[in-house]
Amino acid sequence: MSRIEELVASAAATEGARIMQICNACRYCEGYCAVFPAMERRLDFDANSLAYLANLCHHCGACFYACQYAPPHEFAVNVPKTFAQIRLQSYEDYAWPRAFAVAYRRQGAVLAGSLAAGISIFLLLALALAGRGGLFASHGASFYAVFPHGLMVSVFGAAFLFAIVAMSVGAARFRRALDRGQTTCSADENKWSVPGSAFSLANLEGGGEGCYVRAGFDHPPEKLRRWFHHFTFYGFLLCFASTSLATVYHYALDLRAPYEWTSPVVILGTLGGVGLVAGPAGLLWLKRRHDPQLLDPSQAPLDAGFSWLLLLTSATGLALLALRETAAMPILLAVHLGVVLALFLTLPYGKFVHGIYRYLALAHHEREAGSSALPEGE
Amino acid sequence: MLEASPKAWRGGNSQHTRNLRCAHDAPEDVLTEAYPESEYWDDLLRVTAGRTNETLARMALRASARVRPWMKRHGVHFQPSLGGTLHLSRTNAFFLGGGKALVNAYYRSAAALGVEVLYDAEAVDLEIDADRFRAAIVKRGGKTERIAAKAMVAAAGGFESNLDWLREAWGPRADNFVVRGTAFNKGVLLKAMLDKGLASVGDAIQGHAVAVDGRSPKFDGGIVTRLDSVPLGIVVNREAKRFYDEGEDFWPKRYAVWGRFVAEQPGQVAYSIVDAKAAGRFMPPVFDGQVADTIEALAGKLGLDPGALAQTVAEFNAAVRPGTFDHTRLDDCRAEGSKPPKTHWAQRLDSPPFVGYPLRPGITFTYLGLEVDERARVKDSRGATVANLFCAGEMMAGNVLGQGYLAGIGMTIGTVFGRIAGAEAARAAQSP
Repeated sequence: MSRIEELVASAAATEGARIMQICNACRYCEGYCAVFPAMERRLDFDANSLAYLANLCHHCGACFYACQYAPPHEFAVNVPKTFAQIRLQSYEDYAWPRAFAVAYRRQGAVLAGSLAAGISIFLLLALALAGRGGLFASHGASFYAVFPHGLMVSVFGAAFLFAIVAMSVGAARFRRALDRGQTTCSADENKWSVPGSAFSLANLEGGGEGCYVRAGFDHPPEKLRRWFHHFTFYGFLLCFASTSLATVYHYALDLRAPYEWTSPVVILGTLGGVGLVAGPAGLLWLKRRHDPQLLDPSQAPLDAGFSWLLLLTSATGLALLALRETAAMPILLAVHLGVVLALFLTLPYGKFVHGIYRYLALAHHEREAGSSALPEGE
Repeated sequence: MLEASPKAWRGGNSQHTRNLRCAHDAPEDVLTEAYPESEYWDDLLRVTAGRTNETLARMALRASARVRPWMKRHGVHFQPSLGGTLHLSRTNAFFLGGGKALVNAYYRSAAALGVEVLYDAEAVDLEIDADRFRAAIVKRGGKTERIAAKAMVAAAGGFESNLDWLREAWGPRADNFVVRGTAFNKGVLLKAMLDKGLASVGDAIQGHAVAVDGRSPKFDGGIVTRLDSVPLGIVVNREAKRFYDEGEDFWPKRYAVWGRFVAEQPGQVAYSIVDAKAAGRFMPPVFDGQVADTIEALAGKLGLDPGALAQTVAEFNAAVRPGTFDHTRLDDCRAEGSKPPKTHWAQRLDSPPFVGYPLRPGITFTYLGLEVDERARVKDSRGATVANLFCAGEMMAGNVLGQGYLAGIGMTIGTVFGRIAGAEAARAAQSP
């Protein structure tokens, strides 16, 4: 981290602690989400506690518009924006290897570089491996005629394994921070509770009304962002399920690709792909309509980058599915696999990690909520 | 609708509120147990010492039981009482997100109904002719314009942000007050209407005045400026002398009168002093206190005479009788021989670090207003009403609140009489 970035980071933490002291004396927003009840369990807001609270925040904006201390008030309270800055800081703090933490603030370059590299590698491989029929043949929709199955498994297996290891280290570091932060529950209580709110996005609801990101003061809260996120997340899960099922078919049932349109593998992948088009496209559309007061402008590439990457993944995947029996298949396959490789390799260094830290923060919150009393009187 | 403030500060003091005190005979969604109208009335009678218009007060209390569905229809959401406010869970329905969320919802609802809002538009005067309201005089964009209308609802608040008027009422002491609420309640329209001979209600030094942190902003400090440490320690004035029983009752029941006590002290300043035993037992304050390991050092940091404070603390400590401390009930810990005595929660100040917070009087709103009838019509000095001129909110709250306060009753009066005034104004505008 450069000196300037360190100063920015400590400024965000100082600002976070300042704001939380005001919020903790006010508490009007308690009903909006998990952040404020979690705040009320604390009297001091050190870096660990702030990382926890910031990662609990779903950035729905409800508290900002309800805030009597928001700018132009001299207290200038802006929880969503400040917490966005602290979240980014936490991604960097927990990144593994540490040197790769720079990626979050260089997201444009990182995504462009990995996409270029991923696509080039697969195009060159396709060129090198082009045997029977060459680079412009449908091969009867058989992807393995372009890239041998073993090659794909080893490349993506290695990339995926790397991403899992990197993200697990980050998750372990965050959990240590959660345990070190001031808290009112003992570390061994319900260690593995699964927060349903992580899957329903209940905290993106501003207490039930919906998300306020494009509210300004005049736009009613809406549920659109939650739906777009559900399309994205569950689309991603369906694609993952499709791939996992294909692995079972391949190894356990000895059923080889290509699969029929009616095969569960293709159905899951298609549904997931549609979700992964509609979701990220919707989120990108909505992002442009967010109230700029809520956003940390330096994070625009980080926020948009992952959506674009998912959109590119699903769009190339669906195009490949539609055109797999044409001569465009090998090129489309190379492009799709290049995008997927870029996606896998950048998972730990992009917006994807918000889901991991959010999940852990929600689990921690659930654990705390089930335990002892608040640290204040009355 | 004319709003004197810019859009960001709209809604007067409603933006700082958090709940509505409402009567109910059985548990409702966010309200526990029952709070019958009769009990609400008894509470009001007690805090106002009878300075209330019973007809209007009972109208407000009765309607408070039925007003929430209307509020919900216009976008207000309710939530159970906030952390640290369990004592209000029976009587007060809290707004999700607080008063500014409520104000935003009402403005969205008004926009959907086609109401046009002019911001930075201050009604400074009005024309009354032959017992009828004719037009409002409005300052807007550096110009003064006359807006004729068939009816008008005046809801322009008290005069708490008019520092000159406060000084007129309170004398030079007012210079040391902070205004907890909006900076836009300057009482311009109120004064103009009183000057027209319309009937006033309440007196200028009555209002909602609480003890707040002395470092609060001059305006709009709102809820966070309150300081809940008082009953857990002692409070001294500028001369380092105690002046009132800090443990008289639960703080939420006393904080609205402490503004007055502090206003009566020299320099209108006081200091709440607690020791390590109080940590974590009161709502976290918005500003850090001064911290020191000895009473003398703390006095130095607070700008008090170290010897005098040490003597006050020593006298107090000597007067503390043994008891079982319990800050959740009126316990038996008393300081008996001290002047004044402390009747509950008296514990020796002997565990460093010692922490001190400055206190100032904080005015939330003033009660001097316009006298109205049951239809929210403004009365003139002969007791006759102006048929198409109505009043709502703080500007007429003094009809119900002659003195004292009950948490959440401001919104009861505002909501009930706001609806009455609105409906009556609509009727008046439609009649020939």
